Amino acid sequence: MQKITMKLNRRQALTLSAGAAFAVVAGIRTVPAYASAEDTEKRIMEFTGGKTPESGKLTLTAPEIAENGNTVPISVNVESAMTGDDMVESVIILAEGNPNPEVATFNFTAMSGSAAATTRMRLAKTQNVIAVAKMADGSVFMDKKEVKVTIGGCGG
Amino acid sequence: MFSRREFLMATAALSAIAGPGLVGRWSQAAAQQSLTEDGLLDFDAFGNVTLVHITDIHAQLMPVYFREPSVNLGVGEVAGLPPHVTGADLLKLYNIEPGSPHAYALTSEDFSALAKTYGKMGGIDRIATIVKRIRAERGDNMLLLDGGDTWQGSYTSLQTKGQDMVEAFNALAPDAMTGHWEFTYGAERVQEIIDGLPFAFLGGNIYDAEWNEPAFEAYKMFDKGGVKVAVLGQAFPYTPIANPRWMFPNWSFGIREEDVVKNVEAARADGAELIVLLSHNGFDVDRALASRVSGIDVILTGHTHDALPEPVLVGKTLLIASGSHGKFVTRLDLEVQGGEMKGFRHRLIPVFSDVIAPDADMTALVADLRAPYEAELKRELATTESLLYRRGNFNGTFDDLICQALIDVREADIALSPGFRWGTSVLPGQKITVEDLHNACAMTYPAAYRSTMTGSTLKDILEDVADNLFNKDPYYQQGGDMVRVGGMGYTIDPNGSMGGRISGMTLLKSGEAIEPSKEYVVAGWASINEATEGPPIWEVVEDYLAKNPVVTLEENRSVTVAA
Repeated sequence: MQKITMKLNRRQALTLSAGAAFAVVAGIRTVPAYASAEDTEKRIMEFTGGKTPESGKLTLTAPEIAENGNTVPISVNVESAMTGDDMVESVIILAEGNPNPEVATFNFTAMSGSAAATTRMRLAKTQNVIAVAKMADGSVFMDKKEVKVTIGGCGG
Repeated sequence: MFSRREFLMATAALSAIAGPGLVGRWSQAAAQQSLTEDGLLDFDAFGNVTLVHITDIHAQLMPVYFREPSVNLGVGEVAGLPPHVTGADLLKLYNIEPGSPHAYALTSEDFSALAKTYGKMGGIDRIATIVKRIRAERGDNMLLLDGGDTWQGSYTSLQTKGQDMVEAFNALAPDAMTGHWEFTYGAERVQEIIDGLPFAFLGGNIYDAEWNEPAFEAYKMFDKGGVKVAVLGQAFPYTPIANPRWMFPNWSFGIREEDVVKNVEAARADGAELIVLLSHNGFDVDRALASRVSGIDVILTGHTHDALPEPVLVGKTLLIASGSHGKFVTRLDLEVQGGEMKGFRHRLIPVFSDVIAPDADMTALVADLRAPYEAELKRELATTESLLYRRGNFNGTFDDLICQALIDVREADIALSPGFRWGTSVLPGQKITVEDLHNACAMTYPAAYRSTMTGSTLKDILEDVADNLFNKDPYYQQGGDMVRVGGMGYTIDPNGSMGGRISGMTLLKSGEAIEPSKEYVVAGWASINEATEGPPIWEVVEDYLAKNPVVTLEENRSVTVAA
């Protein structure tokens, strides 16, 4: 059951249910292991070394509503000269409502030229996606966006 | 740069200011004038550029009856603001005489009676008359812009895969369009049509899903009246969510506000003096966008089918709402100097089909397009004693009829019918024809499925749709109305949050509460899943009408809206 659940996002499961298959819905409901906001907060603090991130500099781009929860495209971009102290060391991406909140960590060097990255992630349900950037001077920045995973099908 | 105050004075020179968000007192004289073509179309030309906007015509080539909603709620910051003002409140807000032609055009008040007085509205040949007249007056200073939902919504558009609308609009010669339901003909057909269009199909928010990069032209520059105008296209952001993604799997959409910002900047850098967003976002999404993105002069809104007799001003951005189904054409004259919009003159032209003379060339073209289907279009299925209409947040009588047919023909406990905003009206005493029925359900995924669902699945569906309609953040709204339900009653609190809006679900035939774990037989149509099985919805309704040749519908009291 766990395996089926991981293959289907909530939208697919429920849209399937509107047509034919129902076991999947039951499967979704038995998943107990979503990360909590506290787990995510803890992971952010580990990454920042206990520092509370500020807003600004870092931009997380993600869709408001996922078209396909299995592959949600997201991008991060940090304003930085990428030289000397004005350097991004790494950016971590977290999904607050996934079974495991860690999605990716991007490490940058001066050779990167700019601190921008794009990836795709799976989202199990509607949740906040969080990006945190760690700078060479020790400062940390955060951006957050709610991505909704929906049944769809009735707009128009 | 002119300040907001100067801007308002500029508009005040044209017309008085009515109040917050309303930029010009809509002329009472306009509402009371006798109906003549000149009265509707005479326009003291203003400024150096004219925009003409048509949107959401939903393939209605012929004049139609279309009842505007009596319930169209706004939530959060937009509660009680246009377009969330209906009926008598709308008449009061815009100072429109009850019973007047404009009251008929803009509200649901006394609709059946006024429809008999003022007749059908729209018709592409009447629209052609309006467009030609403005074009003759303004010459090359005019842009005709189509906001999309043009190719879908009628029997003939479905039979021709949108070709009838393509030919009619090619004859109308717009300068650009964007889209939504267009995509439900599938990627291959859409691409085939676009490749042959003599004008631009714009969509800066449509991406190639594989490469995650723009797939469509974002904007086009026009030189009009010595003014460089950039028209940016914004397709319906949630097309792959509200409609079947499998029909166009390689295209991804989304609001993509950051791309709107980039494209506005790029167009300004290209020398644009006027920025127009031709949008299918929906009114509340565009209102939010206008407050967050600077540099857009005019947003031609669409998708949510709102008809507003005045623009709404957000910051320095004018929002225009031109209605649906061909009922209205907007003319917006603009004075643009030194890269700034200095003033405007606006009219939402109601297309009274008995008043505006049809354009002979377009009438002939439409007759040709419809000729192969004329006999079928006219075929009578039943008589209705009740007004059939669809628009409204919670229910419409046409959907009540569809739900009754689903329950009866598909032998179900409960019926679900999608909350589409398209579909025309049939007056009491009229025959229901094949054309009328298809105006309510002509689309490319019509299978009427029959399956079982648990009570908790039904609640999940209602909650999900309610959150798409009533999310307090407009960027999470998909437009559309609440899914229509037959055989089950419920209570909804639009101001609630996700998962907490729906209560009191009751199976109407037994009066018993819906149990979360119990399974119910549910029939519905327009599933977005590939390979959904069942007869097309129009066959189901036709079967039902054959057994019930006189339709009489009681007032639907099965949805209770919590205050």
